[in-house]
Amino acid sequence: MSDDFAIDVHGLVKRFGSKVAVDNVDLQLPRGEIWGFLGPNGSGKTTTIRMICGLLKASEGSGTCLGFDILREAAQIKALTGYMTQKFSFWGDLTIRENLEFVARLYCMPDTARTVDETLEKLELTHRQHQLADALSGGWKQRLALAAVTMHNPQLLLLDEPTAGVDPQARRDFWDEIHRLSLEGMTVLVSTHYMDEAERCDRIVYLANGRKLAQGTVPEIIEKSGLFTYQGRGPGVRRLAERLKGYPALKYVAYFGAALHISSSSREAIEAAIARETAPDVTWSETQPTLEDAFIAMMDDAGIDQREHA
Amino acid sequence: MSSPSQILQRIKAVFLKEMVQMRRDKMTFGMMFMMPIMQLVIFGYAINNDPKQLPTAVLVEEQSPITRTIVQGLANSNYYEFVMQTDDPRETGDLLARGKVAFVLSIPAGFTAQLLRGERPQLLIEADASDPTAASAATAQAQTIIAQALRHDLKGGLASLSGQPPPFDLVVHRKYNPEGVTAYNIVPGLLGVILTMTLAMMTGMAMTREHEYGTMENLLAMPARPGEVMVGKIAPYAFVGAAQTAVILIAAKLLFNVPFIGPLWLLLFGVMIFVVANLALGFTFSTIARTQLQAMQLTFFFFLPSLLLSGFMFPFRGMPDWAQIIGEIFPLTHFLRLVRGVMLKDVGFLQVLGELLAMGLFTAIIVAVAMLRYRRTLD
Ligand SMILES: Nc1ncnc2c1ncn2[C@@H]1O[C@H](COP(=O)(O)OP(=O)(O)O)[C@@H](O)[C@H]1O
Ligand SMILES: [Mg+2]
Repeated sequence: MSDDFAIDVHGLVKRFGSKVAVDNVDLQLPRGEIWGFLGPNGSGKTTTIRMICGLLKASEGSGTCLGFDILREAAQIKALTGYMTQKFSFWGDLTIRENLEFVARLYCMPDTARTVDETLEKLELTHRQHQLADALSGGWKQRLALAAVTMHNPQLLLLDEPTAGVDPQARRDFWDEIHRLSLEGMTVLVSTHYMDEAERCDRIVYLANGRKLAQGTVPEIIEKSGLFTYQGRGPGVRRLAERLKGYPALKYVAYFGAALHISSSSREAIEAAIARETAPDVTWSETQPTLEDAFIAMMDDAGIDQREHA
Repeated sequence: MSSPSQILQRIKAVFLKEMVQMRRDKMTFGMMFMMPIMQLVIFGYAINNDPKQLPTAVLVEEQSPITRTIVQGLANSNYYEFVMQTDDPRETGDLLARGKVAFVLSIPAGFTAQLLRGERPQLLIEADASDPTAASAATAQAQTIIAQALRHDLKGGLASLSGQPPPFDLVVHRKYNPEGVTAYNIVPGLLGVILTMTLAMMTGMAMTREHEYGTMENLLAMPARPGEVMVGKIAPYAFVGAAQTAVILIAAKLLFNVPFIGPLWLLLFGVMIFVVANLALGFTFSTIARTQLQAMQLTFFFFLPSLLLSGFMFPFRGMPDWAQIIGEIFPLTHFLRLVRGVMLKDVGFLQVLGELLAMGLFTAIIVAVAMLRYRRTLD
């Protein structure tokens, strides 16, 4: 039953006019886990998250979030959920403290001043509390936003691309904080475009064109993709790349650093291609497909041209 | 499932946030209170400054000590400056129409004899009332000035003529503006204009700001409900409206001594409905506009016709029928009637009930539109 699941939704569909933004998505997210939500821009991640927390009414489908009906009990869901929206922005003309106070009051927290004091201390922002929120750098804004949406001790965290545009160090700090919150028992659903972040999740859901293409742990998804990947190294790979792209059986030809990755569901197809497009200064070896290889192959299988979404 | 106290708490949260943001925007905040005072001073100056020395032509068809006294008395009053005196009506003919003079005073032939016989002959003042402020003070004083001047001459056997009514009949022809919007009408009108300007615009902008900055979703993702956000955000501007009303009424009384004869409660009741109408209007604009600039433009789009057709700029009854029909739609039209009626004419509740109902109906329709549109903001 839904008691074990923080999120338990079935057959979610969301239409905007004639556009189907989310198409028949199921999601069962066990309590206490961290799930990553991946997919190209416009694949329906944000829309799905909004339906889960009752901000948007699903056109079809049903389900519960934290045991409450997503169609009828949005108020209860919001009270127990921390949702950091995609462009979560503070009120720049309020001070850091005023922003937190406002959030604390909105959640009807009993002792606003103390809660805010504690949050500021935890963030080590006490000495800057009277600065306008606009004065914070991107990384700090992100941390403050996370603190704001967790001040009321939610059971579920919905984070929509929380680290977009934040530097790597700040991203690492941010993820440390997510893991700490998870240890406290929070369930987390986080959407991201970063593969390294995806690998920090217990499980991944991959969405494209509103449909769920894959779900599982990183190794599971890679394995399920049934993909073989070879990498070529050497000065000649740049000349080869263009020619290899002409082989329809090769799903994916792309650079990975200095190396060229080619992937296919058929090992023979790769080897045949390499044999024909020989170059003396390129050495080939088989390698483990990456998550990105897997995603791109899946989109290809689903008939989605990834260049549309680049 | 929220308890009423939680709803109140969340409204209060939005309210407090809005108050801080409002005060932090020093420029806008200052404008909201400087604008009424500035406009009052500008318009009030025109009111207070009884125009003096207005150019006047005198057509005297008969020279006698009495007529000389009258002309002298008017000249001494400072209201009139005689730029020409003639006994030929052809010369004064179109001076008024051409704006050369503000008044033409005519003393007909036989005036003195009729006056002395106690027949109350007519004295005619034609006034260019297209500038009502200019015309009204001077014509209002004319009768007193002339009666006083004549008192010196009408002594002894003629003393009986210097009592009441005065021994002549002063006829004033207001030309070009028969309704004669008086200066005192302007201050009450300003109240309506300033409330419309600030409230509709400020509310519209405050609401759109959340959309423009992308913070609306934050609000709704937190437990704030649309209705709570609306009330919490609008309430501060209701206070602004109340404060502006107080400033304008007090200034009107203290600085310009505008008469205030009707019941205060009725005026405040009318102000309340009018304020709600404008807040709702601003809110509706915010559901249409995507940016603060658009909200401002929408306000002006609404404000200009309502200013022109409400009777603030031009006498309402002097407008063509179609303009009057459109004018009836605007709350400002009814508010002006109500405020002028209550402040200047001491009308009662029943006499302004129609205006109250008209404003109420407008508000109800606007609120319905706002709620219909607001629900869909995220979808
Ligand atoms: N309010 C809306 N009205 C119309 N179309 C929308 C709306 N919100 C999202 N969409 C469309 O739905 C699709 C999914 O969008 P979204 O959920 O934001 O994707 P993602 O978050 O994965 O980038 C996109 O094509 C987007 O243009
Ligand atoms: Mg998104």
